[in-house]
Amino acid sequence: MTEFAPLSLHVPTRPSPQDNATIDTSRLSPAGAVRRPAVDVDPTEIHDLAYKLVRVLDENGEAQGEWAAALEPDVLRKGLRDMMKTRAYDQRMMRLQRQGLTSFYMQCTGEEAVACAFQSVLEKGDMNFPTYRQQGLLIAQDWPVVDMVNQILSNSADRIKGRQLPVMYSAKEAGFFSISGNLGTQYIQAVGWAMASAIRNDTRVAAAWIGDGSTAESDFHAALVFASVYRPPVILNVVNNQWAISSPQSIAGGERTTFAARAHGYNIPSLRVDGNDYLAVKAVSEWAVERARRNLGPTLIEWVTYRVAPHSTSDDPSKYRAKDASAAWPLGDPITRLKTHLIARGEWSEERSVQLEAELDQEIAAAAQEARGFGTLHDGPKQSPATMFEDVYKDMPRHLREQRQKLGY
Amino acid sequence: MPIDILMPALSPTMEEGNLSKWLKNEGDAVAPGDVIAEIETDKATMEVEAVDEGTLGKILIAAGTEGVKVNTPIAVLLEEGESAGDIGSSKASGSQSASGEAAASPVASVDNDDKATVSSAGDAGEKARRSTDEPSSQADNTKVPAAPKVDVAADPDVPAGTEMVSTTVREALRDAMAEEMRRDKDVFVMGEEVAEYQGAYKITQGLLQEFGAQRVVDTPITEHGFAGVGVGAAMSGLKPIVEFMTFNFAMQAIDQIVNSAAKTLYMSGGQMGAPIVFRGPNGAAARVGAQHSQDYAAWYSHIPGLKVVQPYTAADAKGLLKAAIRDPNPVIFLENEILYGQSFDVPKLDDFVLPIGKARIHKQGKDVTIVSAGIGMTYAVKAELELREMGIDAEIIDLRTIRPLDFDTILASVKKTNRLVTIEEGFPQNSVGDHIASQVMQRAFDYLDAPVITVCGKDVPMPYAANLEKLALPTVADVVEAVKAVTYRA
Repeated sequence: MTEFAPLSLHVPTRPSPQDNATIDTSRLSPAGAVRRPAVDVDPTEIHDLAYKLVRVLDENGEAQGEWAAALEPDVLRKGLRDMMKTRAYDQRMMRLQRQGLTSFYMQCTGEEAVACAFQSVLEKGDMNFPTYRQQGLLIAQDWPVVDMVNQILSNSADRIKGRQLPVMYSAKEAGFFSISGNLGTQYIQAVGWAMASAIRNDTRVAAAWIGDGSTAESDFHAALVFASVYRPPVILNVVNNQWAISSPQSIAGGERTTFAARAHGYNIPSLRVDGNDYLAVKAVSEWAVERARRNLGPTLIEWVTYRVAPHSTSDDPSKYRAKDASAAWPLGDPITRLKTHLIARGEWSEERSVQLEAELDQEIAAAAQEARGFGTLHDGPKQSPATMFEDVYKDMPRHLREQRQKLGY
Repeated sequence: MPIDILMPALSPTMEEGNLSKWLKNEGDAVAPGDVIAEIETDKATMEVEAVDEGTLGKILIAAGTEGVKVNTPIAVLLEEGESAGDIGSSKASGSQSASGEAAASPVASVDNDDKATVSSAGDAGEKARRSTDEPSSQADNTKVPAAPKVDVAADPDVPAGTEMVSTTVREALRDAMAEEMRRDKDVFVMGEEVAEYQGAYKITQGLLQEFGAQRVVDTPITEHGFAGVGVGAAMSGLKPIVEFMTFNFAMQAIDQIVNSAAKTLYMSGGQMGAPIVFRGPNGAAARVGAQHSQDYAAWYSHIPGLKVVQPYTAADAKGLLKAAIRDPNPVIFLENEILYGQSFDVPKLDDFVLPIGKARIHKQGKDVTIVSAGIGMTYAVKAELELREMGIDAEIIDLRTIRPLDFDTILASVKKTNRLVTIEEGFPQNSVGDHIASQVMQRAFDYLDAPVITVCGKDVPMPYAANLEKLALPTVADVVEAVKAVTYRA
């Protein structure tokens, strides 16, 4: 009988505070190096793409390779504006939280390209099932900022009547499904929504959103099973921003493989993409949405990016990573990279950037001021207690009407 | 006028913090967004950012001051054109000494907040709830449990003359786990953020350092997954403590808890059981909305095979968690975020274990029986003080365990007082109170002088907005009204 040493448990190592870039640098492809397959490609022929990184913008801001599309300067300037507006919005909302006008906020700093570029390829009627870090989906479609701030302030004009945590927006008209506070639950719902679209012979597509950490939820795996079996028109987005609060992506299963590779067992085509490269995000999003619209089925995309901001206003990242951790991130900042590209093309300048930043700050400040006129968490007009009993059921049952009347409303 | 910089609330449940460091000195220019100080809470260290532009005129709270209440002025900011001589006109400086050595009690700004809240709620009784959950309520006397004016009956499980140590519920839970992990190497804890981060609510503080990463295990984000791993580990003979960041997320794991943990001993003919503790905060905290505010006491108490514990005091939290870890059955251990920071006397004993399934008479009385558990006890304790002023002598029973329920204690009390009111934050239908009322009706009908009243939350998902949230929860006024009704004093 063989003698075995006692067993011990493998626990993934955490990045040290000095070396915070959790990305495996062996999987960083140069810009332009990854091929662009046909949209009807056999998934088994592109397994290698799950271990590479689709990148378009190189270090000098030049667009490279098969994924580089001929885009009008106006389209790119709109992209830059969307990302800068998202960042300005985050900064203003953080300030509102610190002033006590709302209780909670979550920023998407460093991840703006993912939501903004993805939204730019959707059409009206398509539906996103977002997480709490895709405010860019609303901003990139020029959704009124004041409507978003009303939700943050939980005021009398809040379209969801003071019922949800700040940032848990819901706007059906904007193709923005109610954000769930419980992680992962909507991934499978997006698949169901897309199946319904196909059953009704509609033309609309769905986008599921999840973070690297939440891919551990069983909902993620259940979603892939259904997407594989019924091939509905859904884009399965995995935003790998390296951190789930304090847990690095290695804890979620990213230590020795990629999140994109998880699709292989389900025969779903998957790509791994530089999420800080607006041009790469836009090109791959277009590819995946075209597949969905042509009834070619689901696509899984891992967007590799970095959560520069704390998880939320209740988080303190200095406990688990260095203060300048994001500076070590090898894929740079999405706004800076697109700006550099536009300047290199002679379509933008530093001066225009500074001017636009000031303009956007003004615009967001004015919207926040307008929203404050409808009340804040603590002051001003509020939702009437009468609304509290509404929408529990489509028609209010007697016992709820009685409870409401007992309160005097 | 100079602007007061107030101690900020970094989360809705924060009540106080330590001012660990000033990063700006008096006389320094400050721009919006500048980090001016660092504060520590029981959860984290945070930076205080300036909101307004100006010059730091005076530091009112010295670096190193502990226990600074939220909204206390910590410094005065001078705007352009103002000098140190203007400081007297700020709100804070009029009401406290210039030395700034002690944490000032909250002043004008807090009173204003209170008025706004009370008038919008339109119900003076709401004040009671606010004192349990809102940082702005520090002017209220919230330390009811720490300095009890009620006559708390001696716990028969604690020998007379035992030395008592003031301990928070948070520390008591940590101590219970640490003691049991030292005592039994099969005990381990796992969950999201329990190791490196020391727990999302800092309950597992220090455990990773003492017991290492093999026994304090950070898991992937899948309640369904790690509850299942825990059940499997329990069936292999280990004694897992599974921490849910909140029981709201444990809905995802309900199949593992109900269909596997609770039923396998029975289904395997007694061969395989699951000695496991599922623990974490349960019920409403403050401003966390519908999906993060549910009280699951009634849900789990429905399931044969499970034990359900819901402690109120730190002593009960400690003694019952130790008992739960040793129990050969799966135990659902329901904590509460608002109670975590509250201090109670805990007996200093080497091995303090309390019996699961035994209620505690919190205060003896003769006119009415009030039954509650966990956070519900805070309403009972406050209502009792008001009732005493009306000449009503209430008996308060803290259930401590929801399943198995200690009907002996309840029935003995009802046979003495002939009146019963139950309190819980959960939804009304099929509530714990409903079950107690039905049992008392069947087992002590002839002793009842009035119908039992069950005080519960409203039958709606918890709204987020502060005014609506308060209305959705029971209030001390509800309890007083119920007692007046059953004692025919209305």
